[in-house]
Amino acid sequence: MAQPLSNHKNSNYVLETKGLGISYGDFQAVTGVNIPVKRHKITAIIGPSGCGKSTLLRAFNRMNELFAGTSIEGQVLFDGENLYDPAVDPVEVRYRIGMVFQKPNPFPKSIYENIAWGARIHGFKGKMDELVESCLQQAALWEEVKDKLNQSGLALSGGQQQRLCIARALAVQPEVILMDEPASALDPIATLKIEELMQELKKHYTIVIVTHNMQQAARVSDYTAMMMLVDRQTRSGTVIEYDDTNIIFTRPKDKRTEDYVTGRFG
Amino acid sequence: MKEKLANPNYDVNIKGRNRGGLIWRWIFQASTVVGILALTALLLNIMNGAFGYVALEARVDPGTLAVNGTPLENQTREQLISVLKEHISSGAFNKLEKDQPFAKRSLANIRQVILERVVKYDVKQSWSLWESITRVNQIKQESTTKYPKAKLQFTSWLSSDFVGRPQSSEALTAGVRTAILGSLWTILFTILVAFPIGVGAAIYLEEYATDNWLNRLIRTNINNLAGVPSIVYGILGLAIFVRTLEPLTSGSIFGYADSVTANGRTVLAAGLTLGLLVLPIIIINAQEAIRAVPQSLRKASYGLGATKWQTVWYHVLPNAIPGILTGTILAVSRAIGETAPLVVVGASTAISFDPTSPFSKFTTLPIQIYQWTSRPQDEFRSLAAAAIIVLLIILLGLNAAAILLRNRFSRSY
Repeated sequence: MAQPLSNHKNSNYVLETKGLGISYGDFQAVTGVNIPVKRHKITAIIGPSGCGKSTLLRAFNRMNELFAGTSIEGQVLFDGENLYDPAVDPVEVRYRIGMVFQKPNPFPKSIYENIAWGARIHGFKGKMDELVESCLQQAALWEEVKDKLNQSGLALSGGQQQRLCIARALAVQPEVILMDEPASALDPIATLKIEELMQELKKHYTIVIVTHNMQQAARVSDYTAMMMLVDRQTRSGTVIEYDDTNIIFTRPKDKRTEDYVTGRFG
Repeated sequence: MKEKLANPNYDVNIKGRNRGGLIWRWIFQASTVVGILALTALLLNIMNGAFGYVALEARVDPGTLAVNGTPLENQTREQLISVLKEHISSGAFNKLEKDQPFAKRSLANIRQVILERVVKYDVKQSWSLWESITRVNQIKQESTTKYPKAKLQFTSWLSSDFVGRPQSSEALTAGVRTAILGSLWTILFTILVAFPIGVGAAIYLEEYATDNWLNRLIRTNINNLAGVPSIVYGILGLAIFVRTLEPLTSGSIFGYADSVTANGRTVLAAGLTLGLLVLPIIIINAQEAIRAVPQSLRKASYGLGATKWQTVWYHVLPNAIPGILTGTILAVSRAIGETAPLVVVGASTAISFDPTSPFSKFTTLPIQIYQWTSRPQDEFRSLAAAAIIVLLIILLGLNAAAILLRNRFSRSY
């Protein structure tokens, strides 16, 4: 195991990107991103399709390099330390920065096992039943599933599955939870539940969410990063504006942001 | 339905489209029927050979071998031995005694020796099942006129005796026990070698190997290897396992010494050769199965901070196992029916003792079948038909076992 990331929590910034650029081979998908992610806040990343929102999000827990073989320039600081330092083990990064995906993807196991597995692989020694219950309660799912913990996670509805995935992420006690359009596959009621849940979760966790839905960003987030393609030729995206969500949605400094959030984009 | 207003730009023609679909449906149905007919013909053909009337003529009537009125079936060991001594030369008797002392043989075995060496039933003529059903009277007539001394009996060449007896040069006393055991021993080593190596290679290629030209070359060539004719593997097996690795395959480095040494032409060499033959098939199928595990599952696992190995072990493999086992069933089915490579690595065609270790000489069912079908006498073709049924039953049994195993692994989630 590489040297563990330090644990100091004095800074207000949990994550911070410094001149972050991400490339898939020759294709530079994201360039020059400099944004902070503040502790116990919800940061939303918004922008049109294909501008690199998800790519940026996955750079926060080094998920890109696993499936797409990306390369990185610049830095992503986690409590002041570069996540991409050669001495940092990506497994530890993903252990401390959890992720919830666009499509609910519970394991084809029981509801109980879905939550217990993550804790178990990280050597959890406490009382598993209690952990499972508390995670399901934090994810506002306990009341619905407490009588069928041994049933398959796949038997739940889409919204329940997504909350199960959130509960699963909580079981390894991450410091940050990345959510990649967590409600895009859900109906409005399930979406509302997830949004309420996020408000609860931010008391204990820091959340970064990618969303297509501007109302959702306006409703749930504290800070918003607006991304856009900056160069039509290279199709490379960047954050054009980062600020308080209120400011972004009421009096953005950038004309393009204003066009986008008011629906005049295009 | 009211007719839709016509648009000259569209020629809707729903009836014509349906008619076209119907014709294709007939064509597909016909293909299925052809396949079923072919299978039925195969089965009927085998059945036709495996049962039927035979005319048997004994050189010495077993009735005359009774000692003091005790028929052959009830005689003691001493009586049987004396009957045998009486009817064969002392040289032949001593040779049999040297093969296996009569004091140690079972009574059934001695009785069989008497049947083979003294009574010597001879198949004068045999009839197929179809003839036996449709022409019973003609057959009876033909038999009594042509072979007045012979007895006519309806014989099932497939019988428990046939399965339990070792190979023999006489059709009536020949069995497939040696070949069954040879096949099972061989397939055991094939699975032991090919399954772990194949699945291991598939895991490496799918989960670990990076996508560079070398690995692409390897992947392509594994596909090519699956198409190499089996005889080529036989030649490879002969060169490597029989000749080069002879000390290993004959067991001499383990201090194993057999008086009838096979010089590397052993169960182990055959198993390794067949293992090599089916390895690409297992790798390809396991790769397919691993690739079919949804990427979202891997992402979920990695997202929780699982290591690569934890992801593979807890999520990828359990979800790929049913597919891997299906591929293995296919591969084993192929291996158990292979003949050519085993001929090359030196399967014996006429051995009557069972394989007892990896270092035994061996024969297998397909080899036995091949050898019997190449004999001129009709009755050996009947034996071959019976042996084919045994082979098919073993195949079905192995497949059923694998399917049960697969269903155990694929949980209901």
